[in-house]
Amino acid sequence: MLTYLIRRLFAVAVMLVVIILAVFCIFFLIPKWTGTDPATMFVGKQADKEAIEAVRQKLQLDDPILVQLFEFFKGIFVGRDYTGGGTTTHCSAPCFGYSFRTEQEIWPILTDRLPVTLSLAVGAAVLWLIIGLAVGIVSALKRGTIWDRLGMTGALAGVSLPIYFTGLILLAVFAYQLDLVSNKFTPFGDNPGEWFSGMILPWISLAFLFGAMYARITRATMLEVMGEDYIRTARAKGLREPVVIGKHAMRSTMTPVLTLLGIDLGALMGGAILTETTFSIPGLGQAVLKAINEKDLPLILGVTLITATAVVIANLIVDLLYGVIDPRVRLA
Amino acid sequence: MTDQPAEKPEEQKADAVPEPADTAAADATDAADAADGTVDQAEQDAQAAGGKVADTAPGEPVLDKKPASAFLEVRDLRIHFPTQDGLVKSVDGLSFSLEKGQTLGIVGESGSGKSVTSLGIMGLHTVGQYGRQRPKLSGEIWLNGQELLTADPDEVRKLRGREISMIFQDPLSALHPFFTIGHQIVEAYRVHHDVDKKKARARAVELLDRVGIPEPAKRVDSFPHEFSGGMRQRAMIAMSLANNPELLIADEPTTALDVTVQAQILDLIRDLQKEFGSAVIIITHDLGVVAELSDDILVMYGGRCVEYGTAEEVFYEPQHPYTWGLLGSMPRIDRERTDRLSPVKGSPPSLINVPEGCAFNPRCPYADVPKGGITRTRRPELRETKPGHLSACHMDQADRERIWNEEIAPKL
Amino acid sequence: MTDSNSEQPKGGTATVEEPRAGETLLKVSGLKKHFPITKGLLKRQVGAVLAVDGLDFEVRSGETLGVVGESGCGKSTMGRLITRLLEPTDGSVEFEGKDITHLGVNGLRPLRRDVQMIFQDPYSSLNPRHTVGAIVSAPFKLQGVTPEGGVKKEVQRLLSVVGLSPEHYNRYPHEFSGGQRQRIGIARALALNPKLVVADEPVSALDVSIQAQVVNLLDDLQQELGLTYVIIAHDLSVIRHVSDRIAVMYLGKIVELTDRESLYDTPMHPYTRALLSAVPVPDPRRREKNGRDRILLQGDVPSPMNPPSGCRFHTRCWKATQVCATKEPPLVPLATGHQVACHHPENAPDQEPGDTEPLVRS
Repeated sequence: MLTYLIRRLFAVAVMLVVIILAVFCIFFLIPKWTGTDPATMFVGKQADKEAIEAVRQKLQLDDPILVQLFEFFKGIFVGRDYTGGGTTTHCSAPCFGYSFRTEQEIWPILTDRLPVTLSLAVGAAVLWLIIGLAVGIVSALKRGTIWDRLGMTGALAGVSLPIYFTGLILLAVFAYQLDLVSNKFTPFGDNPGEWFSGMILPWISLAFLFGAMYARITRATMLEVMGEDYIRTARAKGLREPVVIGKHAMRSTMTPVLTLLGIDLGALMGGAILTETTFSIPGLGQAVLKAINEKDLPLILGVTLITATAVVIANLIVDLLYGVIDPRVRLA
Repeated sequence: MTDQPAEKPEEQKADAVPEPADTAAADATDAADAADGTVDQAEQDAQAAGGKVADTAPGEPVLDKKPASAFLEVRDLRIHFPTQDGLVKSVDGLSFSLEKGQTLGIVGESGSGKSVTSLGIMGLHTVGQYGRQRPKLSGEIWLNGQELLTADPDEVRKLRGREISMIFQDPLSALHPFFTIGHQIVEAYRVHHDVDKKKARARAVELLDRVGIPEPAKRVDSFPHEFSGGMRQRAMIAMSLANNPELLIADEPTTALDVTVQAQILDLIRDLQKEFGSAVIIITHDLGVVAELSDDILVMYGGRCVEYGTAEEVFYEPQHPYTWGLLGSMPRIDRERTDRLSPVKGSPPSLINVPEGCAFNPRCPYADVPKGGITRTRRPELRETKPGHLSACHMDQADRERIWNEEIAPKL
Repeated sequence: MTDSNSEQPKGGTATVEEPRAGETLLKVSGLKKHFPITKGLLKRQVGAVLAVDGLDFEVRSGETLGVVGESGCGKSTMGRLITRLLEPTDGSVEFEGKDITHLGVNGLRPLRRDVQMIFQDPYSSLNPRHTVGAIVSAPFKLQGVTPEGGVKKEVQRLLSVVGLSPEHYNRYPHEFSGGQRQRIGIARALALNPKLVVADEPVSALDVSIQAQVVNLLDDLQQELGLTYVIIAHDLSVIRHVSDRIAVMYLGKIVELTDRESLYDTPMHPYTRALLSAVPVPDPRRREKNGRDRILLQGDVPSPMNPPSGCRFHTRCWKATQVCATKEPPLVPLATGHQVACHHPENAPDQEPGDTEPLVRS
C-alpha cells in the first residue's frame, strides 16, 4: 500500500512538471515562434518600440529559452527576481509573474478567488450527488415506469439546457420575482447568511447540469449491477430488499460515480466560468474570462496550472478511494 | 436468466403452434390419465391440482389444495416469462417430491428450465424484477407443509437462507467482490439469528473450518479474489450452511472447477449431507456428477420432466429417448472406448415455440415408432413404466425395451 | 460432402511435399514461455509466471495429440506457442522441419495457412458484425488466395462440410446456436486446408448433446482430410475419446506422455492417476467402489508464479519423498512410448528406490 502511494505521488509530481513544461511552451515558446510577442501584448499594439524593449528587458524575454525555462520553474518553486532593465523586483514563490494589466502578483489574485470557486463547486457537488444518485436509483428500480421516464426526461433537460439559461430563469423567478434569495454574491467573511442566500441559486444551477449526468450514470450502473450474480446471492441469503440495494448494489454503483466526481471537481477548480459569470461570482472562472479578454497571459497561465493541479490531485484522491471501495485494486 | 434461449433454431419455427390450445389438450389428457389409474397417487394429485391452478393467478387462495406429505413437493410448477418475442415457458408443468436426507439430481441442457426451477423454489422470481415484466408462476411448492407460491413474500424471504439455501455455479461472481468472506457469512447468519457480531464471526470461522479451509481464523478476513476457485466454492458452501438449512440447492456447483477440486467439493457435499441430514437438489448437465450424488434423478427437456426415477433406474433402464441421447453423447471413461459417440441430432428447442406434441419429437430418432404421428400432435404425459419410474414418451413399453436393449445399450 | 482433397485451394509460393502419416509434423523442444511480473516504484521485474516451462514433444502427421491438465497448467499457452500466436521465451518449435520459433509477421504468413486454431468460446471468437460468409472467407482474403470456382462457392462448400447449410452464408453469428457457431469456427479453420489444427477446449462451452456432434465432426474431418490435431481440453473423458496420444500437463510441464491405452490403463504418474480417479463416472453402481478408490488430492494447484521445487507435484502427492522436493524428475521413457517424469511412478519400477522416507509437509 505504501509503495503504491509513493509511486502514485511520484507520478503526480512527474505529471505536474510535465504540465508546467507544456504550459511554458504554450505561453512563451509558441507566441515567440508565431511572432505574437508577449512584450507587445503587455504594452499594447500601439506602443512605441522603446516601451516594448523595456518590457522585454524587464521580463527577460531575450534570454536563451533554457534560461527562461529555468527561471520560470525557479519562480514557481522558490520565487524569482526580475532584474532586467536596471531595477530588481522580487516575486516570491509560487511566482506566476505579474498581471499584464494590473501589474499585481498573480498568486494573491488566485488565492483570493480560489475559495469562492471551491465553495461553489463543493456546495454544488453535494447537491448534485444527492439529486443524481436519488434520481438514478429510483429510475433504475422503477425502470420503464412513469417515474423512470420523468427522471430521465429531467436528466435530459439538465444535460441539454445551458447554465446561463437555467441560471437566468432561476434568478428571474426566485431572486427578482419572489425575492426569496439574494441575487448577488457576498463574501462569507462579510455576512455568512447573505453568502448562503447568494450561493443557493448558483449551486442549484450547477447541480442541475451535473446531477443530470450523475443520474444517468447511476441508473445505467445500477441496472447492470442488479443483474450480477452476487445480488442474487444476497437475496438467496434472505436479506431484505432495501439491504440488497442499499448495501450490496450501492457499493458497486459507487465506483464509476466516484471516478466522475473526481474529474468533475478537479475541472471545476479552474472556475465554473458560465455559472460565475451568470451570477457575478468573483471566482477563478470570472478572473480567467477577464484575463482572456484582456490577453493577460500570466493570469491565464496561473489559472491553467491551478486547474491542472486540481485535476491531477482529485484523480489521485479518487484512485486512493477506489482502494477503499474495491479491495481488488489495493494491491495493484 | 441463465436459461433463456439465445435463439430459435430454424427448423422448429415451421411447426410452431399457438400454445394455449395445446396446454388445454394436455390438461384434458391429465384428467383422462388420472381416471385410468395409471399414475400413482402423488402424480394424480399434482395433475388434478395443476388443471385447476394453471388458470388461477398466483396469490389467489385455492381452497382444495392438499398439503403435501413429503418434505418438499412441487406440483405442476409453471414459470413463464413474458418477453417481447413471446412467452418463454421455462418451466411448464413440473412435479416432483423429495424427502429429507435424500438427494435429487436434476439433469438437463441449457434452456431445459433446471436453473429456473431452482430459483422458483427459492422464491427468487418474485423479487427484484425491477421494471421487468414479472414471470407468471403457477402450481404449488410445498415445503414442510407450507405452500410457498401463495405465501407472503416476506415469509418466503425468511425461509431463504434459513430453511432453503443455495450454492451457485460460479463462486467468483456469486460472492460480492467488495466484502470479505467473513463479512458475507456473518451477514447470512445474522439475517436469521439475533446474535452479536462476535458470535456470528465465531460461527463463520467454525463454518470455514468445517468446509476445509485452512487457517479459518485468518482466512475469514480475506476477500473472494484472494481465494482460489476451489476455496471460493468452499466458502460459498460454508455460507449456505450458516443456518443449517433443511433444503440445499446446488446449481452446477462444480462446473467452474477443475476435476481434482470437483472431486473434493462433491465429497464435501456428500459428507455434509450425511452430517446434517438435509435434502439436497443438485442441478447439473453432467451425468457423472449426478451419478455421484443422487438418489433420484429427474431429466428435464424443454421445461418439462421427461424421465424421473432412481439413479439406478435412470442409468440402467432409461426409458426416454432423450435420456438415451444424453448417455450416448458423453464419452465414458469407465467403459471401452467407442469409435463414435451417438449424439442427439439438432439443437435444444426454443422455449417460446416448443414443438407441438412431444417437445423432443424433431430430434427423436424414434418419433415415428408410435403409430399415427401422435408424437407430433399430442404432448406425452409422464406415466409410470414401473412403480416409481416415470417417463413421458408415447412409445409402448415393449418398443422402448426392445430399442434400449437392442440398439442403444450395446453402443454405450 | 465432396471430395475436398481435389478442390484444395492451390496457390501461394512453395508447395511443400505432404508429409506422410506417422512422420513428425511438429517438433517442440525445450519450449518455455514466461510472463514477467513487475513490481515496486520502478516496475522492476520481480518474477515471472512460468506458464510453460520446458516442453519436449512431437506431433506426428495424421494423429491426434491430446493435451490435458487443470487450469493454470499452461496448456492453452502451449497451444498459442505452437501456433505462434505467442512468442516463446526459450526453446524451439519446428514445423515440417523448419524452425518457426522466432519468425516475424511475414515469415509466419505461409505458416498461418498450414496451422489453424479453433477456440473455446464460439460466442466471443466470431465477430458479431460480420456475416458467416465474411468470417469463413477471411482467410482467403488475408492470404490472397482465390480458390477454384470463387470464394463464395468454396465457403459454401466448407459450410456444408461442417454440417451447416450453404444458405447460411449471409447470416450473422448471433443467429446460430453454440454448436453451430463452433461449426462456423471449424469451417474458418479449414478454409485454407491446413495440415495442423490446434483446438483449445473446442467443446467445453457446449451442451452435452452438441458436444458429441462436434466431437464426431472433428473425427470425420480428420479421416476425410487427413488432418493432424492437437486438442487441448480439461475433460479427461473427451480427451480419451479423441486422442491417439496424450500429454498430461501440470504447472507448465509435461508429466506424462504416452498413447491412449497405456495412459488410461496403466497410468504411471501419480498425478495422472489422481486425475483419472477424480472423474465422476456416470454409473451409480460404481459410487461406493469409487469412494474407496478415489485419490483425493489435497488443496489446489500451486501458483505458476512460484512453482514448488523439485517435482512440482510433490506438494500434493501422497507418494512424495525427500528427493521429490529437491530433484526435478526428468521426462523419460519407462516403457515403450511411455514417458513419465516421476521418481516414484505407479505401474513401473521406482526410479529412486533408495529414498523411502515420506516427505514431511510444513
